[in-house]
Amino acid sequence: MALKIIASQCTQCGACEFECPSSAIKFKGEIYVIDPEQCTECKEAFDTQQCASVCPVPGTCIPA
Amino acid sequence: MSLSTISLESLVRTKSFDRLLATAKSTGCASSSCGSSAKPDEIDSAVWEKIRDHPCYSEEAHHYFARMHVAVAPACNIQCNYCNRKYDCANESRPGVVSEKLTPDQARRKVIAVANEVPQLSVLGIAGPGDACYDWKKTKATFERVAREIRDIKLCVSTNGLALPDHVAELTDMNVDHVTITINMVDPKIGAKIYPWIFYNHRRHTGIDAARILHKRQMLGLEMLTARGILTKINSVMIPGVNDEHLIEVSKWVKERGAFLHNVMPLISDPAHGTHFGLTGQRGPTALELKTLQDRLEGGAKLMRHCRQCRADAVGLLGEDRGQEFTISQISDEITYDASKRKVYREVVARERGDHVVAKSQAVATVKAAGSGKSLHIAVATKGGGRINEHFGHSKEFQVYEASQKGISFIGHRKVEQYCLGGRGADATLDGVIAALKGVDIVLCLKIGDCPKDQLAEAGIRVMDLYGYDYIETAIGALYAAEFGSEPLAATA
Repeated sequence: MALKIIASQCTQCGACEFECPSSAIKFKGEIYVIDPEQCTECKEAFDTQQCASVCPVPGTCIPA
Repeated sequence: MSLSTISLESLVRTKSFDRLLATAKSTGCASSSCGSSAKPDEIDSAVWEKIRDHPCYSEEAHHYFARMHVAVAPACNIQCNYCNRKYDCANESRPGVVSEKLTPDQARRKVIAVANEVPQLSVLGIAGPGDACYDWKKTKATFERVAREIRDIKLCVSTNGLALPDHVAELTDMNVDHVTITINMVDPKIGAKIYPWIFYNHRRHTGIDAARILHKRQMLGLEMLTARGILTKINSVMIPGVNDEHLIEVSKWVKERGAFLHNVMPLISDPAHGTHFGLTGQRGPTALELKTLQDRLEGGAKLMRHCRQCRADAVGLLGEDRGQEFTISQISDEITYDASKRKVYREVVARERGDHVVAKSQAVATVKAAGSGKSLHIAVATKGGGRINEHFGHSKEFQVYEASQKGISFIGHRKVEQYCLGGRGADATLDGVIAALKGVDIVLCLKIGDCPKDQLAEAGIRVMDLYGYDYIETAIGALYAAEFGSEPLAATA
């Protein structure tokens, strides 16, 4: 399982990129993208998903 | 021509600069007052060294020096009810708004481009559009790159305080000696009405819990900065009915913890901005409500009254924004720093400021000597340099001064639409200008046409263009004496 970013809502602040414990988020071209191969949904690392917790726009980091 | 005869205005106009530079280099400074200090008596000299060129920390410096913000730090760790993180517009002027985000290397190039063209530049600030301490890697990388090339630029950050304690040691190492913390409350119950959530220690906190953590971190950060001798400015957003009365308590707390300056700013709230407060109809304070609160806060930490609530990518003197001249697409990849304009400007300013301080103290003495209990509110059209040097119709703002038994003080500014666009005045705009000048007795400007002058007179506002190019305080002193002095002033000045 992994999360994805709804690009049309993303403000591109980049907080998710450096909060991600799995380095699964990268800025590609003009948008931030979650690599589903690397995303662990923060299981075993944290209680809550870091990208979704820090994201300023509700409903932007959601289950893929 | 010697340095002492070069006007500041000519220095900031690019066309005549190269010629002036050549003559200045060949003659040196011959003025007897060159290098004399503009330091006010009540300020400690170590503190004065830090603020003398900082337009935000010294009202006096803001007539001469410019700041720029680079928008390298878009990530934020809290949500404020007055902020909409999706906002991105070149035409809005308020904190947090930017038109382009920059990487640290783009920021380095932009700072060099501005330093080469804007001789008044003295301060580089990082004020978001997110939080400079939370988005720390980008803030740090930007400061390191710029400081390597422009060694005398002052570095400044603005933060909500949550991540601040983690970076105080590095701020100290990088010689950042000015930090602004936005503190809107010291009571978490009030904080819960302003901050819906914070992100701290890898999770989101809400309500009182969030406000309590934020409050503790803000106070800790402030204490750590004070202990290291870093000057702090506390920004507080005045939100009527939420924290307006409470800011008196905030002022006490921050003063006890060594805050250097307290800047109470009006909430900017409009449904079109899409902020929580904007959408729920929370209003901002009126100019009078703001001034009344500021007056009640006198006696606490020193108040900043000359804040223009600038954008996170502002460039120029506080009352102007030249950001559009320096968008990243206009700046060469290979740009190199040329210190010459800033150097000459500083030499001329050093002379001019000594002169200005003498003139100012004479003017204050004149006002006090008049022995009147009355006060006079005067709006001034200026382009900087502490002089009356702007046409009425070209002004985008007026600086407002109060002359009274206490002396002459800067009390705020009024933003207006330019009355004169393309050489012709518009009546509708003039009505707006008149409304913005409510409470002002006299307007001082370089020039004004008869038509707007008469209309202002009908509204009870006198406009005078007799004092063109004079120091602001000199003109105010003379006017005050003429209005309220017990004896008419002899025409010796």
